[in-house]
Amino acid sequence: MSTPSYAMRDSMTMLRRNLKHAQRYPSMSLSTIAMPVLMLLLFNYVFGRALGDGIGGTEAGATGAGGDYIDYIAPGIILMAATSGAVATAVSICSDMTEGIVNRFRTMPISRASFLTGHVVGSVIQTMVSIACVVLVALAIGFRPNANPGEWIAAAGLLALLTLALTWLAAGIGLVTKKVETASNIPLPLTFLPFLGSAIVPPESMPSGMRWFADYQPFTPLIETLRGLLMGTGIGNDGYISVAWCLGLAVVGYVWAKRAFAKGVRN
Amino acid sequence: MSVTTATSSPTRTLAIDASGLAKSYGDKVVLDGVDLSIPEGTVFSLLGPNGAGKTTTVQILSTLIPADRGTARIAGHDLADDADAIRDVIGVTGQFAAVDGLLNAEENLRLMADLNHLSRAEGRRRADELLARFDLTEAARKPVVTFSGGMRRKLDLAMTLVGNPRVIFLDEPTTGLDPRSRRTMWEMIRGLVDDQGVTIFLTTQYLEEADELADSIAVLDGGRLVAHGTAEELKQRIPGGHIRLQFDSAAQLQGAFHLFPAAGRDDEALTLQIPSDGSIATLRAVLDVLDGNRVQARSLTVHTPDLDDVFLTLTAGAGSVPTPDVPKENDR
Repeated sequence: MSTPSYAMRDSMTMLRRNLKHAQRYPSMSLSTIAMPVLMLLLFNYVFGRALGDGIGGTEAGATGAGGDYIDYIAPGIILMAATSGAVATAVSICSDMTEGIVNRFRTMPISRASFLTGHVVGSVIQTMVSIACVVLVALAIGFRPNANPGEWIAAAGLLALLTLALTWLAAGIGLVTKKVETASNIPLPLTFLPFLGSAIVPPESMPSGMRWFADYQPFTPLIETLRGLLMGTGIGNDGYISVAWCLGLAVVGYVWAKRAFAKGVRN
Repeated sequence: MSVTTATSSPTRTLAIDASGLAKSYGDKVVLDGVDLSIPEGTVFSLLGPNGAGKTTTVQILSTLIPADRGTARIAGHDLADDADAIRDVIGVTGQFAAVDGLLNAEENLRLMADLNHLSRAEGRRRADELLARFDLTEAARKPVVTFSGGMRRKLDLAMTLVGNPRVIFLDEPTTGLDPRSRRTMWEMIRGLVDDQGVTIFLTTQYLEEADELADSIAVLDGGRLVAHGTAEELKQRIPGGHIRLQFDSAAQLQGAFHLFPAAGRDDEALTLQIPSDGSIATLRAVLDVLDGNRVQARSLTVHTPDLDDVFLTLTAGAGSVPTPDVPKENDR
């Protein structure tokens, strides 16, 4: 029977299963960390001087302590860790769906929600660990945020909310795709959205069409909020806009994933 | 058409009692009014060519998909109203081993124990017991991805048994297994029925398997049940049974042919095939006629049609014996 207490217990069982997978086959989690770390190194050491000089005259030049380029890009790239976590979620849910194991779960007297809950909570935990690793690497190569503990907590909260939203979206993707390859490809554009926002260069420096897109896509306010919390730049309305985007995406992803899972066995 | 085993008495409880099950996907009618009544503690086998609706029947009865029409009770619980109570008493082993390939055998069993809400100690005990029973103790800590097909199926069945199901659905449990692994599975399935009185709902494409295991058999074709009964009853239903007499000389054959003009005659092999229902009375009558007319035959064999004959005759519309290469119905 799926009484509330079993819902909790079953979700914990599913979460343990999920974390055991990650622990046993860490390659997916590692690639989630490797991508943003690579970006961090690439943009700091390879393109850093040219890009940093290029945006030096803009508003961003006044950003942060000493105006180092690493201080400009680190928040955006930290946020990319959240988007690359979404790929891993979609892949793991899709591969579960293509194996017979989900049908076995469906014929057992367990809470129906526990499968998705276990996956989503597990993915959020893993992605938050990846984000922490990326932050540590950023700090190691010279990122010098001036945030106080309260601002750090707010930043972590914002990242957790974004991760939750992206994870539910990714869960929906994993449920509706029939092949693991498709599940891993569909979320990829998400990981590029920060580039088309203010992660690498300020939107002011972009061509007007691009700039319009950058101004209105969700990642720009998110990056600006994160940058504001960590580096003390102005946040303005971006904080509210970010939270609204995250909540909106989370609700859409949640409803979509629940419906896709409830649809059941496809023939 | 309804199905009841010959051994059942009216008082015996039904493990599965379904009537009028129907299911369509778009325009394609998969099941078109299927009635089943399967007594507790028996093995029921559903035969049919690919696409006949076997897997769909299992999916409906195991709460995976809803039927469009019809009702069913599993172990006394209504399928439409009380799916959770049904999930509590059933176990399902599908066509493709539903094991977690990223965990090892022991972890898979412990996962099932947790999901069946057993205590930690009870879960461990149950896992160890099943590993031993299925001869998997040595491989318990090896990743399931390294398992052979036979080992995966054994683990799959073991996982199904963790929850002590009273009704077990086995959807083509031995497809793709070598003959030895198949025999092992059969022994285990038999053991479940004999020792624990569980009810088995088996779909298979191996007629030999149904013959070996099933107390009653139903043949599904194009979404409808076209025959039911014990293996023996089914064999008797179709023509093809005969008594074959072997003679030493053409003269004897000629003499016998006069007595049985309806018989098939083979002059080269010196044999006569007399149509027969396989009963002792018929056999005795044939021998009496031969004796009474002093015709000597060297040997006599009674040929009853096997399940292959039954299957091919009953599902002639479908055209072929099932082959495993058609995409299976439980693909996503």
